[in-house]
Amino acid sequence: MSAIEAIHPAVETREPAFGFWRRSYAMLVKEFIQLRRDRVSFAMIVMIPVMQLLLFGYAINTTPRHLPTAVLIQEDSDLGRSILKAMENTAYFRFTREVHDVAEFDNLLKSGKVLFGVEIPRGFERAVRRGDKPALLVAADATDPIASSAALGALGALVQTALEHDLHVGDPPDMPFEIRTHARYNPAAESRLNIVPGLVGTILTMTMLIFTALSVTREIERGTMESLLSMPIKPVEVMFGKIIPYVIVGFVQASLIVGIGVLLFGVPILGSVLLLAALTTLFITTNLSIGYTFSTIVQNQLQAMQLSMMFFLPSILLSGFMFPFAGMLLWAQYLGEGLPLTHYVRIVRAIMLKGAGLANLQYDTIALIVLMLVAMTIAVTRFRRTLD
Amino acid sequence: MSVVANHTPDIAIDVHGLSKSFGGREVVHDLSMQVRRGTIYGFLGPNGSGKTTTIRMLCGLLTPDSGDGTCLGYDIRRDADRIKRLVGYMTQRFSLYQDLSVRENLEFVARLYGLPDARGAAREMIERIGLKGREEQLAGNLSGGWKQRLALGACTLPNPKLLLLDEPTAGVDPKARRDFWNEIHALAADGLTVLVSTHYMDEAERCHEIAYIAYGHLLAHGTVEEVIAGSALSTYTVTGDDLNVLTAELTGKGGIDMVAPFGTSLHVSGRDKAALDATVASYRNDPRWQWQDSEPSLEDVFIDLMGRARDNFQ
Repeated sequence: MSAIEAIHPAVETREPAFGFWRRSYAMLVKEFIQLRRDRVSFAMIVMIPVMQLLLFGYAINTTPRHLPTAVLIQEDSDLGRSILKAMENTAYFRFTREVHDVAEFDNLLKSGKVLFGVEIPRGFERAVRRGDKPALLVAADATDPIASSAALGALGALVQTALEHDLHVGDPPDMPFEIRTHARYNPAAESRLNIVPGLVGTILTMTMLIFTALSVTREIERGTMESLLSMPIKPVEVMFGKIIPYVIVGFVQASLIVGIGVLLFGVPILGSVLLLAALTTLFITTNLSIGYTFSTIVQNQLQAMQLSMMFFLPSILLSGFMFPFAGMLLWAQYLGEGLPLTHYVRIVRAIMLKGAGLANLQYDTIALIVLMLVAMTIAVTRFRRTLD
Repeated sequence: MSVVANHTPDIAIDVHGLSKSFGGREVVHDLSMQVRRGTIYGFLGPNGSGKTTTIRMLCGLLTPDSGDGTCLGYDIRRDADRIKRLVGYMTQRFSLYQDLSVRENLEFVARLYGLPDARGAAREMIERIGLKGREEQLAGNLSGGWKQRLALGACTLPNPKLLLLDEPTAGVDPKARRDFWNEIHALAADGLTVLVSTHYMDEAERCHEIAYIAYGHLLAHGTVEEVIAGSALSTYTVTGDDLNVLTAELTGKGGIDMVAPFGTSLHVSGRDKAALDATVASYRNDPRWQWQDSEPSLEDVFIDLMGRARDNFQ
């Protein structure tokens, strides 16, 4: 030490030229190297803006078109056909089903398979020609006011269109028939009735994902995984041990949100509270399983957070929570079907606002179960039992 | 089960040709070892020599690239689940939950191993390891010595047949270390087999048998006396003034393999007795230094082994 000082006096202590910049540069290079090694973080830098742009730009349509509509034709007439044609021409309606009685029609509306129903009553054309002003019935699922209001608004102009083509009645301002719209489930078109049930799902998605997404990586980062793996525990056991506590947490959260929704916002629960609780628990478990799967895939907690966010963003945008599901492009709808929130938003709205029962919700319930089982299977096979 | 377990009644660990590489670097090379039941087996070697990797392969935390063997009569490749039930593994770094209390940690382990009365077992263990009064303290807030006791308590809680202790006394004060070793001997007296890795020579001398590993190669094993005798090292202990002058003069000379200060004396060692004597002869009559024939210490032997290993394997 003394020898070095003798040869190079005070070299060690002198501030080098541009010291601040050198150190900053060294730091910057180090950070870049680390970032490059952390591939998931690196991918996020690109993925997040691209994904947002694509989703907002293309998939989301706030004036939804081609909404699924069922028709109940009681009379085959030229006038009826041109009214339906005119409705289709507005591009708001797409006739997906033809039904034969009112019960079938109600069932489709309740399960969310269609958003509108049009009924052309028996003797309609004759009544028009007689000047009886018969009613054309249009029922709308108004739980989501955004989806239904624009389409209903377009119906007024439709009469004119239909008249020009087929009716040669002299006096246009005098309406030959009336369109009687019936906004079901949410007659006042209150957005909050639609938003609050959806929020239950959105909040649960976010919190549940993050709870479990961090669970395995945390063990690894804190060094406790080594002990855990040296003990006789199986991957499935680790998974359940980490999921179950949060099912309870999630259930409490859900009860809180629903409770506030009912008490503060006056959102009704028309259906069975028990069914709501059961399917909510299923949804919670599905999300926890997906979060846990993330945890077994990533290498650290930061990546786990990022992956959760990457899942959360499309969940919000493509689930029908924020924007009408039926108004999205087809590929976005397919993507949405793969998200648990999509199914839960339908379930929770149907039970709370439409009083739907399990029979109406079979498809979405099964979809949630399938998503949960897929996630769990991946998690258990991905869980590494050794430190290799 | 009894058939398998009785297959080699006296041997707790019996492995052959274990090798393990990480990212192309071989950490353990062709390692074979046998540990008899009820013995305390010391595992020595420098940092990064492959001790931890070997221990992890024994308890199923790592899969060997090649080689095979049994641990308590069970195949280390196929029966990892069974081995885990019978082995208590104390990791080098404290790996219990820092945010759980002493009691909660022990109860967690007890439940994980399915002990019938988890609370009772944890309570007993708290008393046994002398942590009574601290059972509600968070493990993360314990001092190093207490953490080590807790960790030992946790891995002996399920009544294992074999303990694998990876540098259990690193960073622990001498009194706690002594207590710890007394506990280890008590456990071994009850029939438990203990494999313990350490850096400390005094701890090595408390083991029934030792093995020395460097650069992934097992270089020597046996009792302390056997290892020392096996080294074929001849050593002089030199006392007197200006020992640093002597160190400078002797280092690198023919026949001198090692010159190492030991407190106020100097150990001069060589593998070739004749060559050592020839070089030393000219210094023996110097009045500043007193020469004495002596046994090499275990440390001399290990440093010599390590030096030779570096020449051979790097």
